[in-house]
Amino acid sequence: MAARHDRESATTKVGHVSKQVQQLDRVVIRFAGDSGDGMQLTGDRFTQESAVFGNDLVTLPNFPAEIRAPQGTLPGVSSFQVHFADHDILTAGDAPDVLVAMNPAALKANLGDLPKGATVIVDSHDFTARNLAKAGYEANPLDSLGEPDDVLAGLAVHPVDLTGMTVAAVKEFGLSRKDASRAKNMFALGLLSWMYGRPTEPTEAFLAKRFSKVPDIRDANLTAFKAGWAFGETTETFAVRYEVKPAPMGPGTYRNITGNLALAYGLVAGSVRSGLPLFLGSYPITPASDILHELSKHKAFGVTTFQAEDEIAGIGAAIGASFGGALGVTTTSGPGIALKSESIGLAVMTELPLVVIDVQRGGPSTGLPTKTEQSDLLQAMFGRNGEAPVPIVAPQSPGDCFAAAVEAARIAVTYRTPVMLLSDGYLANGSEPWRVPDVSPDSADLPTIDPDFATETNHGEGEDAEFWPYLRDETTLARPWAVPGTPGLEHRIGGLEKGEGHGNISYDPANHDLMVRTRQAKVDRIADSLPPLEVDDPSGSARVLAIGWGSTYGPIGAACRRVRKAGHEVAQVHLRHLNPFPRDLGEVLARYDRVLVPEMNLGQLSMLLRARYLVDAVGYNQVRGLPLKAAELAEALAALITETQQTEESRP
Amino acid sequence: MTTDSSTELGMPALRTGTELVPTLADGAPPATAKDYTSDQEVRWCPGCGDYAVLKAVQSFLPDLGLRRENIVFVSGIGCSSRFPYYLDTYGMHSIHGRAPAIATGLATAREDLSVWVVTGDGDALSIGGNHLIHALRRNVNMTILLFNNRIYGLTKGQYSPTSEAGKITKSTPMGSLDHPFNPVSLALGAEASFVARTIDSDRKHLTSVLSAAAAHRGTSLVEIYQNCPIFNDGAFDAIKGRDTAADALIPLVHGRPIRFGADGAKGLVRDHETGGVRVVEVGRDGVTDDDVLVHDAHAADPSTAFAISRLTDSGYLNRSPIGIFRQVERATYDDQARAQVSAAGHAAAGEPADRLAALVGGGDTWTVV
Repeated sequence: MAARHDRESATTKVGHVSKQVQQLDRVVIRFAGDSGDGMQLTGDRFTQESAVFGNDLVTLPNFPAEIRAPQGTLPGVSSFQVHFADHDILTAGDAPDVLVAMNPAALKANLGDLPKGATVIVDSHDFTARNLAKAGYEANPLDSLGEPDDVLAGLAVHPVDLTGMTVAAVKEFGLSRKDASRAKNMFALGLLSWMYGRPTEPTEAFLAKRFSKVPDIRDANLTAFKAGWAFGETTETFAVRYEVKPAPMGPGTYRNITGNLALAYGLVAGSVRSGLPLFLGSYPITPASDILHELSKHKAFGVTTFQAEDEIAGIGAAIGASFGGALGVTTTSGPGIALKSESIGLAVMTELPLVVIDVQRGGPSTGLPTKTEQSDLLQAMFGRNGEAPVPIVAPQSPGDCFAAAVEAARIAVTYRTPVMLLSDGYLANGSEPWRVPDVSPDSADLPTIDPDFATETNHGEGEDAEFWPYLRDETTLARPWAVPGTPGLEHRIGGLEKGEGHGNISYDPANHDLMVRTRQAKVDRIADSLPPLEVDDPSGSARVLAIGWGSTYGPIGAACRRVRKAGHEVAQVHLRHLNPFPRDLGEVLARYDRVLVPEMNLGQLSMLLRARYLVDAVGYNQVRGLPLKAAELAEALAALITETQQTEESRP
Repeated sequence: MTTDSSTELGMPALRTGTELVPTLADGAPPATAKDYTSDQEVRWCPGCGDYAVLKAVQSFLPDLGLRRENIVFVSGIGCSSRFPYYLDTYGMHSIHGRAPAIATGLATAREDLSVWVVTGDGDALSIGGNHLIHALRRNVNMTILLFNNRIYGLTKGQYSPTSEAGKITKSTPMGSLDHPFNPVSLALGAEASFVARTIDSDRKHLTSVLSAAAAHRGTSLVEIYQNCPIFNDGAFDAIKGRDTAADALIPLVHGRPIRFGADGAKGLVRDHETGGVRVVEVGRDGVTDDDVLVHDAHAADPSTAFAISRLTDSGYLNRSPIGIFRQVERATYDDQARAQVSAAGHAAAGEPADRLAALVGGGDTWTVV
């Protein structure tokens, strides 16, 4: 320890290089490296530092499906983008202002996304002939900086020997060269933390905890982190420090949270709120597995997690637990939903509460496991045999996954129905500052969720008193939920059509027609419990409406702001409920001349809106495995607005 | 059994399958078969073996002395899977092959239930094969009644995964090509802790096996040979025939020498060449009473049970052992899952709502005033 003190004081002595401080309102940084370089951790730590500092932020992790793709190759590049600002922001940013590239492949893979003037910090140590060849560089681009053939022309490139300096800094811990060099991500984090004036305490505390059992590794990482900071302070390579002030936020306690974590917390909250023990039946699948991991830590809340033999068993066990009076939940991604479809139909027929989480990813088939997409909306809506209506809710941001999960639980329990929650890969792994909600029993932040178990017979009197499992609540059309162990209410349910009321098997044509319509009516009635839509139309005179659902909320909102800044008028609506739609949706749509529906699919919400409301919705559709870019979307919006005005002017 | 993980979890040793299920109050009138009979008309074909099993189960359930509302029957799809509708207990007629998965969730969520699965050879061994083997290895506390008629009945007569190879059916006019499963061998291979076989027409044997299965804590698999008079009539004639049964049925009774045939003339001995077992005539070729294998259902090693299971013909059934092949104590999935939840709950202090507030408000936070 003494040695480290010496060096720290030494760096302080030479640290009198005066640095200019420049104010910025927002910055987008992308950390990129090999899958094994710890870029997700680096980005996550920088994010936590920024969150604690008080910036608003949005993150975009982007990693390959392979756990360790061949080292140093383009397919093996993993990146983490963080956008932080002194004001409220909605997206992870279209293009990075700063790229940290740990090897040639990371540089090459991300170069195309960089705007002119962007800052690039590269680990020059990794620009070896071998790594250059793996990335497909014939010559070292760092050798021709400023030359006529400079492929990095127009960028502010800073080659820094991150690995070399890291190895030198952690020498005292006697680690192998390989282990020593692995701390280079912390060196890079230290450097960037200095550059943007991030608080270092959260990362120091994190490292101390994370590596508490391996003191050598802990000390090496801490030392590398501090050395990176000190390097920024002393080097002449970086003459400028940047300051991004905290963003004004409403009063409250905040934390940074990813969508999957918020979703897991929301499910626990739904369980506590309803008083029902949570039972999760799940089979591991990217990008949903983290919800299983998280919930498995919360057994103290009465949470049971069952890692099933397959997707079907996962939902089957959840249905069994629901029959037994638990809050049954299953979590998966699109391919898993396909396998669960028949079981979802069983839950529709047996009218049992069930929450089905689909963290969507690129499809079809195995598709793009680690990339985001919104292409399961129609699967959620219609992907079952028969008329099998299922309510659908969708969160709009990582933190919103909490409220969406609670809402899914509310609908499932209140209406005795499976509910589909459509998250996606971007929400799952992306993060944002989240105001911690009040979860006390009398909180207004959370809805009431009342299981209202049946305990008494409900048909006939005296000797003839019986329990009819399909005798419905007049308001909600929900059937009574009588759990095994309740004397006198023994009954049988199943996948065969039920007779209205008594619930015995019925093949009667009129009864089937009635039951199909009743199941649909029950789902439709959920709309009675929904608040009116929030229409963001500041001037009240916009002619064009942008409407979306799910994780496109950020890009659509950011695009609307750009369009408004440019002097146009546009309205925005974002749907939490996809089935049933809110009661006033048709009326809201009718208010606008044109409706643009941006989606990360080929027009699934467009199709539903067109079918339901006969509205001539215009799609804006991209399926690139990445969030929509606000700037591109703003152009499309502006074009539609201009077109609408011209049409108006050309009328006689 | 001292290294049983239930001991490590500090759980009380649970010995019977119904130990945590509420029983009828002292002095309450005993239940009858009628109490367990629902008001639904039974709709199996005349002569179906399912009737006999239903009657046996309705008569047997009162013997458990449990509260009827704490008994649940879960089934899949197929003729036998209509079973729950005819019992006045809680029940779910689910979807094809998934009953063991649904029952796993139910049994894990509720320790106070006696959970039964009714399934068939197609439901359990074909479309639901995966769930069956995983339920068995997990040893979830439930009893699985596998009605094996060696044919698909409800879809009108296609061959099933237990049909003999070469079977001529609607879907196999030139004979089926599939080699069949032996359900008992499969269950033993899937780490089952209780495996038995019985016959629809032998009420006494059926009831005694049901009784042992219900008493077993863990997954009990009971294969029931069941005749389909419409699509596979006579499949079990050899083991039911007055003249043939004695030579065809090999009764297994724990602790007793395995003898069968008229006057017990035949027996099983270890076959030291193959490591398996073989049939001998006792008293011939130097085989004495002492050579006959004594059945040990509680043997920790399932090898002998497996060897005995192989005596069942895979083609037309001429010979088959019946009884309890294996019954060993092993910690159940559901007991252990509940123990983990309960241990975590006891370790946590405070009301759930307060702990929830601490959970969502944890991590690195900052406050804006």
